[in-house]
Amino acid sequence: MLQIKFVLLWSDLLFFVLIAAVVVGGVWAGRVEHLRLAWRQVGQSRVGMATATVLLAFVLVALLDSLHYRERLPGEQENYAVEVRSALDAALTGLRTRTEKTYSAPLATHLFAKESLDADLGRDFPRLKHGGAHLGEDLTAQGGDIAAKAIKGLGLGLLGAMAFGLVSLPLRRAAPHLAWNAQLATVLVLCLLGGVIVALAGDYHVLGTDKVGQDVLYLTLKSIRTAILIGTLTTLIMLPAAVVLGLLAGYAGGWIDDVIQYLYTTLNSIPGVLLIAASVLMMQVVIDTHPEWFATTAERADARFLALCAILGITSWTGLCRLLRGEVLKLRELEYVQAARALGVSSARILWRHVLPNVMHIVMIAIVMDFSGLVLAEAVLSYVGIGVDPNTISFGTMINTARMELAREPMVWWSLVAAFAFMFVLVLAANLFADVMRDAFDPRVVKQ
Amino acid sequence: MLAYLIRRLFYALPILIGVNIITFALFFVVNTPDDMARMHLGAKRVTAEAIDKWKAERGYDKPLFWRSDAAGVDKVTDTIFFGKSVRMFALDFGRADDGRDIAREIRTRMGPSLAVAVPVFVLGLFSAISFALLLVYFRASYLDFAGVVLCVAMMSVSSLFYIIGGQWLVSKIWHLAPISGYAEGLSAAKFVILPVLISLIAGIGSSARWYRTIFLEEYTRDYVRTARAKGLPERLVLFRHVLRNALIPILTGAVVLIPTLFMGSLLIEAFFGIPGLGSYTIDAINAQDFAVVRAMVFIGSALYIVGLLLTDISYTLVDPRIRLQ
Repeated sequence: MLQIKFVLLWSDLLFFVLIAAVVVGGVWAGRVEHLRLAWRQVGQSRVGMATATVLLAFVLVALLDSLHYRERLPGEQENYAVEVRSALDAALTGLRTRTEKTYSAPLATHLFAKESLDADLGRDFPRLKHGGAHLGEDLTAQGGDIAAKAIKGLGLGLLGAMAFGLVSLPLRRAAPHLAWNAQLATVLVLCLLGGVIVALAGDYHVLGTDKVGQDVLYLTLKSIRTAILIGTLTTLIMLPAAVVLGLLAGYAGGWIDDVIQYLYTTLNSIPGVLLIAASVLMMQVVIDTHPEWFATTAERADARFLALCAILGITSWTGLCRLLRGEVLKLRELEYVQAARALGVSSARILWRHVLPNVMHIVMIAIVMDFSGLVLAEAVLSYVGIGVDPNTISFGTMINTARMELAREPMVWWSLVAAFAFMFVLVLAANLFADVMRDAFDPRVVKQ
Repeated sequence: MLAYLIRRLFYALPILIGVNIITFALFFVVNTPDDMARMHLGAKRVTAEAIDKWKAERGYDKPLFWRSDAAGVDKVTDTIFFGKSVRMFALDFGRADDGRDIAREIRTRMGPSLAVAVPVFVLGLFSAISFALLLVYFRASYLDFAGVVLCVAMMSVSSLFYIIGGQWLVSKIWHLAPISGYAEGLSAAKFVILPVLISLIAGIGSSARWYRTIFLEEYTRDYVRTARAKGLPERLVLFRHVLRNALIPILTGAVVLIPTLFMGSLLIEAFFGIPGLGSYTIDAINAQDFAVVRAMVFIGSALYIVGLLLTDISYTLVDPRIRLQ
C-alpha cells in the first residue's frame, strides 16, 4: 500500500510542461545550424556558463518543491492529510519541524527576547529548543563547534564538487571548447556554501528563526519555487497570444492589424500596476465567493498564484507582440517569403515554416529578459497586498512580514537580509545570463 | 499641425473607450455587485437586506446596461454602465467608500505626488545621462566595465531593499531625515529629500545602462567617424555630436512619462507616508474601494494617452525631418 498520494497542482503541471518544452526546444535548436552556433557562443562565455549553473541550481530546488504529495494518515481507512507537501519539504523535514518559540539570531543558542524564567532567576534569554541543543549547558564550546562543523562542511563541499567534476568528465570531453572551468568553479562555490550550510543546519538555525520560530533557511528555500515559477509561467501563459497576434498583425495587415494594434495600445495605456491591482482585486472576489472549487488550501493558493501569473502575463504580452509585429513587417517583404508566396505556399505554412523560425530569437530573448523583472515584481506586488496568497511562502511575503521588525531594538535583520540576498543572487544571475543570451542570439549585435 | 493634433485626439477617444469597457467588464461583469457586496461586508452570512443597502448606497442597484422599466433616455442613463463608466469622461468619479468626492480628493493629492515625482524625473534623467556619458567617455576600459557591472548589480537589487535600507540607514542610524510624513509648502523639502534620493538610486542602474547602449550605437555612425577624421578632439565629438543626437531618443522616450508623474509612485508614497495619489491608490487597494481604483485606472490611462501625444509632438520639435500631417 502506497503511503503517499501524489498531488499535481496546476502550476506543477505547467512547470513540468515548460521544462519539457525547454528540453524539446534545446534538441531542436541543436539541429539548426545558426541556433547551434548561438548556443555555442553562450557556452563559450564564462559568465554564461557560471550564471547558467546558478540558475540550474535554483531550478532544481524549484523542481523538487513542485513534486507534491499528501501523506497517508495512520488508521485502517484510506485517509490522506489535508496538508500538501513537496519533495523539498520531505528532504528538509528537520528544518521544517525544528521550530522555536519566536525570533532567534543566526547560529544563536538563545532566544532573541528576554523572558521571565523562574521567580528568583529574573528575566533572561531562554535557551533554544533546537539551536545548539547538543552543546548542553557548556556554551563555551559553541565557537569551536561551529568552526569544526564549518570545516567539515567545507571538506564535504570539496568532495561533492570533485565528484561532480568526475561525473561530468565525459561531458567536458565531448565539448572541450566550452567554458567548463567557469562552470566547475561555480559548482565548487555552490558546493562549499551548501556543505557548510548542511553541516551546520543539523544543529543550528543557520539563518535564524522568524516571528513564529520557523527556520528562515527553510522559508528562503521554499520561496525559490514561487520566484522561479512566477518568472517562467507568466511568460509561458502570455507566449501563445503574443506570438499568434504578433505574427498575424505583421503578416496579414489591413483591418486585422488595426484591431490587434488597437487591442495592445488599449491594454498598454492602462498603467501596469493599476491593471494588476484591479484584476487581482476582482480575482480575490471570485476565489472568495467560490470556496467550493478548491479541495485544499494549497489548491486555493495555487489557483490564486496562477491567476496572478495570468494577470501579469496580460499586462506584459503587449511589448513582445509589438516587437514581433515590427519584425514580421520586415520579413514579409524579404525575397524568400515573396518567393514562397509566388510558388503558391499557403499563408499558414509560410508563417509556420519561414517566418516563425526567424523570429524565434526575439521570443527567446524576451523570455529571459522578462524573467528578472517578474521576480522583482512579485516581491513588490506581494508587499502592496496584490501578490501571491499570504500563505504562499515567497520572497515578497517574507519581506512583508519581516519589515516591521526593523523598528525593534536590537534589530531583527536576518529574515530581510536572507530574502534580499537570495533574490539578489537569482536576479543577478538571470540578468547576466539574459545579456549573454541577447549577445548570442540577436543578429543586430555585432559579433567580434 | 493643429489639424493633426485634433485628429490624434479623435484617435485617442476609442482607446479611452476601450479602457473604460475593460475596467467596466473587470469590475461589474466578472463579479456581480452582489459578490462585491458580500466580499466587502465580510461576514459569511450576510443578509439580503445588507447587500441591497450596500448596493443602494453606491448606486450599484441598477441594471448593467439597459433599464426597460424607465422612460425615454433614462433607459440608458439610469444604469450602472452610464452612471459609473460613461460619466468618468466628464471627470465625475463619484464618491469613495468613506463618502468623500473622489475628484476633489485627486485634486488635493496631486501636489504631494508631484513634489516627489518631478524632482525624481528631472534629477533621474540628468544623473543617468551623466553617468552614461562618463562610461561612454571611458568606453572599453576597466572603468567602463566596472560601471556596467555596477549598473547590472544595482538593477538586480529589489527596490524594496533600497527603500527599507535607505530608511534604516539615513533616518534611523544617521538621523538625517524624517522616516516618513509630509508637510505643506516649503517645509515639505525635508520630507521629500529622502524619497527622492532613494528613487534616484533605485532607478539609475537600468536607465544608465540603457542610455549607454544608445550612446554607443550613436558612436558607430558615419558622421562620428567624419568628425574624428577632420581632427575634432574626442571631447568635442562626444559633447557636440554624439550627445546631441543621442538625446533625441532619450528625451522623446522620457516625454511619455511626464503626464503620468501626476500619479506618483505607489511604493515610495506608501513607505514614506506621502499623501499623494500613489498612497491613495494603495489605501484603496487595501480597503478594496472599487470606485477609487476604477477612477485611478481611468485617469492613469488618460494621462498615458496624453503622454503619447506629447511624444509625437516632441519628435517634430527636435527632428525637423519628421512632419506631422
